[in-house]
Amino acid sequence: MSAPAVEVRQLVKSYGSRRAVDEVSWSLAAGRLLALLGTNGAGKTTTIETCEGFRRPDAGSVRVLGLDPIADSRALRPRVGVMLQDGVGGYTAARAAELLELFAGYARHPLDARWLLERVGLAEVARTPVKRLSGGEQQRLSLALALVGRPELVFLDEPTTGMDPRARRTTWELIRQLRSDGVTVVLTTHYLDEAEELADDVIVMNAGRIVAQGSPSELTRGGTAEGRITFTAPPGLPLSDLVAALPGTARAQETAPGQYLITAPVTPDLLAAVTTWCARRNVLAEGLNVGRRSLEDVFLSLTSTTTDEVAADLETAPATSRRRAAR
Amino acid sequence: MTTFTPAPGAASTRAMLARQTAMELRLLLRNGEQVGLTLVIPLLLEFFFNLPVLYSLDCSAGDCRRIDFVVPSILALAVMSAAFTGLAIGTGFERKYAVLKRLGATALPRSVLLLGKTCAVLLLQIVQAALICALGFLLGWQPRGDPLFAIVLIVLGTFTFGGLGLLLAGTVRAEITLAAANLIWLVLLFCGGIAVPLSKYPQGARDVLRYLPSAALSDGLHQVLQAGAGVPLRAWLVLLVWAAVALPAAARWFRWE
Repeated sequence: MSAPAVEVRQLVKSYGSRRAVDEVSWSLAAGRLLALLGTNGAGKTTTIETCEGFRRPDAGSVRVLGLDPIADSRALRPRVGVMLQDGVGGYTAARAAELLELFAGYARHPLDARWLLERVGLAEVARTPVKRLSGGEQQRLSLALALVGRPELVFLDEPTTGMDPRARRTTWELIRQLRSDGVTVVLTTHYLDEAEELADDVIVMNAGRIVAQGSPSELTRGGTAEGRITFTAPPGLPLSDLVAALPGTARAQETAPGQYLITAPVTPDLLAAVTTWCARRNVLAEGLNVGRRSLEDVFLSLTSTTTDEVAADLETAPATSRRRAAR
Repeated sequence: MTTFTPAPGAASTRAMLARQTAMELRLLLRNGEQVGLTLVIPLLLEFFFNLPVLYSLDCSAGDCRRIDFVVPSILALAVMSAAFTGLAIGTGFERKYAVLKRLGATALPRSVLLLGKTCAVLLLQIVQAALICALGFLLGWQPRGDPLFAIVLIVLGTFTFGGLGLLLAGTVRAEITLAAANLIWLVLLFCGGIAVPLSKYPQGARDVLRYLPSAALSDGLHQVLQAGAGVPLRAWLVLLVWAAVALPAAARWFRWE
């Protein structure tokens, strides 16, 4: 077994009396992609900046590629790529290509700066000063700066914030390629779809603590609602009759007049049973939607509730993710 | 097709220093008004200090021309302005606006960043010294001594003041750097042997003040260029000691953000 690429143990970091990160532990194996998910102020950036060596832990420890981010920074920094939050940083009076070439010059085997600029879609603004780039362009340059030195591990703090939907898709593709090329990735995000699309492991943080942990499918499985079917039909359908016609233990609700919600493990049989029942009654189910519990449902239930409720919800989380959280 | 397959590693220190110096110089030069000010102010001072209205020199020896005193002073002042005040303020604000934080997450070592900045100022200094000397010649300056000795003084002075400026910029808030860099500049200008010859101070004060970097630089330049002395050994040594303390201290305590 190789050592983990990143290991955070009992990390505590306070600003004044507020604990930004409160006894957080996790580890990430090399070659995997971890998404730290949480609202603003959840402690994601503080965690990641401690891993980058910008903050010193108040208690606990952080090891990155087996090294201490502060004491061993000279050895570590060439191996790690960093994308900071809040713009590009670096010389904002420099042109985009200039800055990327400067950073390439710090590395022994850099990527070709021109190719990379093209890859992130900035070839046309190569000669534009960094400070005149749009927010989304700055984000893409920032990503390129993190990658140009061919690091084995990258920390991406909110990599797609400020990007338009198309740029976001391209960036996701690029991050997927990073992972398939063997780069270990830690990213923070408050976009649930981003975590769901990209991550091997997801850690949900709230108010400085980890409230859930696991793969996206582990997180979306289980819980109070495994799956849902929604549709619109004339109001007042006899729900008990519907439930009787469905396989397994389904629940049916009329959430608003004419709006129906069936909660159950979603199977092809279940869907067929619902539509058959409707057909028998000559009811047209419009806007029929079949979905598993999304990460968004998990996230909202974890971050909008009080601590007690979160604990209760965690009890229902799958055993695997609880074991990870405890580790 | 190129891939992102990891191949980490830092470039050689020399390669990084060359890149960093080139970048810093390019950014310095791109800041047009700043360069203008840096280059023009010493020339204006050179012109005005040469007018016999500001203060008198004792020229009891008879062999004393005003411009021969002024040019070495202005050379010292220019080094101190660009390498200390200019660099400290520029770097202080780069730190404040998190320019340097990003560099702190690259393979670039702090010492190379600081050396790169100092070397960029040194290159600018060459242009500046040439302009000061050119104006000096127009005003009738007659230098003596070996110009090489003077060049060594200017190089040592740049590293000394660069180190001190960066130490200041890297350890306190940008606003304090701004105030302190200007205040120290003013104090050194008048008490550090540049605008007022140390011979105007009482013996006791003189013995202390001559070890200030500004005094060593200015004194050494006057000895070489005005009096035509040989190797300004004491000035070199004083500057060397200051540089040997200031640059490592800056590299040690400089904070990226």
